[in-house]
Amino acid sequence: MNQEPQPGRFGQFGGRYVPETLVPALEELAAEFELAWSDPEFRSTFESLSRDYVGRPTPLTEANRLSESTGLQVSVKREDLCHTGAHKINNALGQCLLAQRMGKKRIIAETGAGQHGVATATVCALFGLECEVYMGEEDCARQELNVFRMKLLGAKVVPVRSGTKTLKDALNEAMRDWVTNVRSTHYVIGTAAGPHPYPHMVREFQSVIGSETRTQYQERHGRLPDVGIACVGGGSNAIGFFHAFLGDDVRLIGVEAGGLGLPTGHHAAPLSAGSPGVLHGSYSYMMQDDDGQVLPTHSVSAGLDYPGVGAEHSYLKDTARVEYVVATDEEALAAFRRVAELEGLIPAFETAHAFAALWQAGLLQPGSRVVVNMSGRGDKDMERASRLLGL
Amino acid sequence: MSRIADTFQHLREGNEKALILFVTAGDPALKDLTAILEALAEGGADLVEVGLPFSDPIADGPSIQASSQRALDRGVKIADVLEEVSEFARLPVVMMGYMNPMIRSSLAEFAQRARRAGVDGAIVCDLTPDEGTEWIQVARSAELDTVFLAAPTSTDDRLAQVCHSSRGFVYAVSRTGVTGSKDQPWDEAEKLVGRIRKLTALPVCVGFGISIPADVKAVCSFADGVIVGSRLVEWLWENWNGGKGRDKLVDWVRAMKDATRG
Repeated sequence: MNQEPQPGRFGQFGGRYVPETLVPALEELAAEFELAWSDPEFRSTFESLSRDYVGRPTPLTEANRLSESTGLQVSVKREDLCHTGAHKINNALGQCLLAQRMGKKRIIAETGAGQHGVATATVCALFGLECEVYMGEEDCARQELNVFRMKLLGAKVVPVRSGTKTLKDALNEAMRDWVTNVRSTHYVIGTAAGPHPYPHMVREFQSVIGSETRTQYQERHGRLPDVGIACVGGGSNAIGFFHAFLGDDVRLIGVEAGGLGLPTGHHAAPLSAGSPGVLHGSYSYMMQDDDGQVLPTHSVSAGLDYPGVGAEHSYLKDTARVEYVVATDEEALAAFRRVAELEGLIPAFETAHAFAALWQAGLLQPGSRVVVNMSGRGDKDMERASRLLGL
Repeated sequence: MSRIADTFQHLREGNEKALILFVTAGDPALKDLTAILEALAEGGADLVEVGLPFSDPIADGPSIQASSQRALDRGVKIADVLEEVSEFARLPVVMMGYMNPMIRSSLAEFAQRARRAGVDGAIVCDLTPDEGTEWIQVARSAELDTVFLAAPTSTDDRLAQVCHSSRGFVYAVSRTGVTGSKDQPWDEAEKLVGRIRKLTALPVCVGFGISIPADVKAVCSFADGVIVGSRLVEWLWENWNGGKGRDKLVDWVRAMKDATRG
């Protein structure tokens, strides 16, 4: 791998490993993003829609009963209060604005839990863009409500039957669509993974999470928190949350999906138990066998059920700026219940992994000031929760 | 001169076009690979591409995806593929695959192992010259030809890079899209081949969507050769039948080769 610093690289990670057909489109996208991001008019459109349509800034909630129960001082960044119920719309909005600017009339997206698909379908409805969402067949079943939402919003949902029928395969299928229709279509990748410029661009669109949190915390507490915690699948909410704190003396913890436990092999924790390789266009940690074949993953949460992770997280792991830990399905479900009972907040299964870290023995100093990024709300998971928790 | 370059020179001298055929290693069973390649040679193929199966082949359509998956389900490993390929010497062999299995040990090691197995060249579907500095270097030292893909969407600058970095031949992708059969006009491919010819003296072969003799004939009117993959992979799945379809395969190849002669 090329070690020289260059655009699209985070240390040795990142890059652009895609078929030649797509490279000109990625080059155009990278150039257009840089222009747009430094264009005050684009920024002002993005910011006013973020305020008036998405509902930003989202609140920072003091979680008093949660604090009492854990012996910590917990605040919660409320991305669940974004329109559509998760942070995903920050990025979908940014990318669809960019697509409009580039004159692309057709939008495609992949989705795991369905939150990114819903966010993209929503913005496409707002802008009058044609929208097609690829979703693994297994995920269509476990996140059926989001399939209905996307359809109602006028999007076409394409169930993906290849491979493991989950997020990884939805990404493969969306890439294949894009390579075919690249001239007319923009591909809104929903996470901070994928080829350059996606990891950089998605981070920029999501970085509002961390910058709001930083200001809000400082205004209320007159200081910065000790710790920031976010769940990591592909890693878009985490990178958006962490980014504003990278230069601060704030401990940052990313929580991956431990599934049935790392020793079982049934998990989705590439940073904790994987190795670097090339998946979906970028060099990053991933789950693979000795022959470089991608391994199947397992997580109770469809949104974390992915064998790869954004390149910047790989860099932040190797430079030890961010710690990556895991929460198992069981820990996440326990946290899901406790947060609901203690705070009246129902997190998405994905987000429940971040909350689970609050109870992990020895991870956090008693009394620490902690902010958890509540990346999404759990309405979409209620049906499975009722079965898994016997409600 | 590499065996690939040598083959093209002979073809050029005989005023012939190349028939390049793709098979997935391990589908049908890996133990049949040599027999299949021999049959392709007998029918008149000029070069063969051996596909290294990968779990997430983003540049491939349904036929090669399914074929790749069947190979992996049979437990095919790269080391076994290379061992099997080393048994076949009759035609130049180009290995075609994706980046991740190739970098699992290291690119240098992969290039050396492939060369030792008698592989003459390699195509990495998700690697372009601008990301391929290391690969080009290690492939050169292993004396492995690097074949890069040129696409209808490539800018002139990128085409120049593709031509400059390719050895053996340039692979022109006939249209935007993934591998697989499709009724299509060939004017986009013809235009691309014309643009490439202005930049290099290397042979230019066209692949993606070529499945019947009429396609071969049409494309050979402007290119130096054709690459047929998905259709052959489907054919083998339907007709190879543990080797019972061998004679039919030779006939199938012969009909394709005849079509290269116009």
